[in-house]
Amino acid sequence: MAKYWNEDIETMDYESMKALQSERLVRQVRHVYDHVPYYRKLMDEKGVSPDDIKGVDDLYKLPFLSKADLRDNYPDGLLAVPKSECVRIHATSGTTGKRAIAFYTAKDIDIWDNCVARAITAAGGTKEDVVHIAYGYGLFTGGLGLHGGSHKVGCLTLPVSSGNTERQIQFMQDLKSTILCCTPSYAAYIGETIADMGLSPDDLTLKAGIFGAEPWTEEMRQSIERSLGIKAYDIYGLTETSGPGVAFECECQNGMHINEDNFIAEIIDPDTGEVLPEGSKGELVFTSITKEAFPLLRYRTRDICILTRGKCACGRTLVKMTKPMGRSDDMLIIKGVNVFPSQIETVLLRDFGATPNYQIIVDRVGTTDTFEIKVELSDDMFGDTIKTIEALEKKLSADIQQILGIRAKISLVEPKSIPRSEGKAVRVIDKRKLV
Amino acid sequence: MTVKQLSVFAQNKPGRLSALTGLLAQKGVNIRAISVADTKDFGILRLIVSDTDSALSVLKDNAVVTVTNVLAVIAEDKPGGMAKMMQTLYESNISVEYMYSAFLNPSESNACLILRVDNNEDAVEALTAAGYKLLSQEDMAKI
Ligand SMILES: [Zn+2]
Repeated sequence: MAKYWNEDIETMDYESMKALQSERLVRQVRHVYDHVPYYRKLMDEKGVSPDDIKGVDDLYKLPFLSKADLRDNYPDGLLAVPKSECVRIHATSGTTGKRAIAFYTAKDIDIWDNCVARAITAAGGTKEDVVHIAYGYGLFTGGLGLHGGSHKVGCLTLPVSSGNTERQIQFMQDLKSTILCCTPSYAAYIGETIADMGLSPDDLTLKAGIFGAEPWTEEMRQSIERSLGIKAYDIYGLTETSGPGVAFECECQNGMHINEDNFIAEIIDPDTGEVLPEGSKGELVFTSITKEAFPLLRYRTRDICILTRGKCACGRTLVKMTKPMGRSDDMLIIKGVNVFPSQIETVLLRDFGATPNYQIIVDRVGTTDTFEIKVELSDDMFGDTIKTIEALEKKLSADIQQILGIRAKISLVEPKSIPRSEGKAVRVIDKRKLV
Repeated sequence: MTVKQLSVFAQNKPGRLSALTGLLAQKGVNIRAISVADTKDFGILRLIVSDTDSALSVLKDNAVVTVTNVLAVIAEDKPGGMAKMMQTLYESNISVEYMYSAFLNPSESNACLILRVDNNEDAVEALTAAGYKLLSQEDMAKI
């Protein structure tokens, strides 16, 4: 069984990779400068010309792009080739404001498919496999992204899309699906449905799952692995840079290898924009160096993570990123400590077995920050005595302190008492900003 | 023989008890025993009602509720009556988590106590052996 899809690239030494990236970057900066007036203006304003970019070491000189730039240039202001050269679009889900649209040439699609093929191979997939794709198909990149990669590997591809879970499970049994691709929450739901139908993982032929497009925890991974009898692999990507397959997990399951022959990754301080050294926690920034139609340079993902280099036990040399630990725009600084709501969610998920509705309230009394977490109590977490509730508050408080290093006041509240806006809970109330 | 008790989690805020008991009134549910245990931030409302199922269905949508099996015991309403019952339980190694009295008076000289103990089976056995009468769910609705 082939271990790598592109062994030469996936195990390339750092110096050769840097040379390859530099050559591609120089070409890409010229392409963007010549064809995207908006970015040319940003470069001119910063006093940077394409000639100043001679390699990866000059990357820091380039201006950043953010989600706001994409919004301002909706729908095709950042397109770098004539539309007639494009063969497809995808779009971000855009819960707030306008969607961002990404364009693809035939070559862009081919490179993307190739990145996903690496991910499928790393999850143990070969042409003998039956890849069951339960990601949504459509503007969302999940379905068609995994679909293209699966084709590339030569797997029998089942474009099942999402929904109708019992039918999905029937397909899995009838067609002997071996690799499941979907969001982790849907994988968890499939697992529950299998149990509800009176089936066990032994009734299925699944061996692996490739899950992404939303944050998930290590606890969730273990529970999915148990309920489906598989090994679960994480995959990372964003529509702005192509879709899933920007980074993928190997059998070591401790970070995702970035396809850095196509995407140069940097970690920056989200406040100052300064590039941080390897091993630092900060905001992930991507530069697409092979994309033709929609080549974003120094795109700020707002995902907070850590990059680590050094040969992985799987043999790959591609730089690894940790699972995103939160969003830079979600980060709170409480009593001098960086706090991400996702860390709190991890604790709640572990202690409650599900993510209850919760709200973080930060305030300042004198010069001291106060930190309270309200959590909606559920029937199954409630006993009939005061001490069971107090014990739960105590446990949550201790677990929060362990993970964040600071103490939070835990208040268990009645269901539906935390206000929601447009169906979504308001997660953070920072009263310090109101004064 | 046990009876079903509903425990409702309630935050300490004005009008909460009135809202919860109001829901039961609307459903025509009669409250046979009630107690409130409270802390600084929240309270637990404990209820025994004439119709547990309809009470549960209306409370479920509006609050966090659990059902617990407790004992409803007839005690003599005279000096030492309480002490004698506690002695019986203590001698059988049963501990009482909490207790309160019900509204119903089976007779002039009797009172009905609701007991939450750590072991219902043993408690029923010990109390019955000592001559106490326990009420059933139906009794709670009727008396
Ligand atoms: Zn690896």
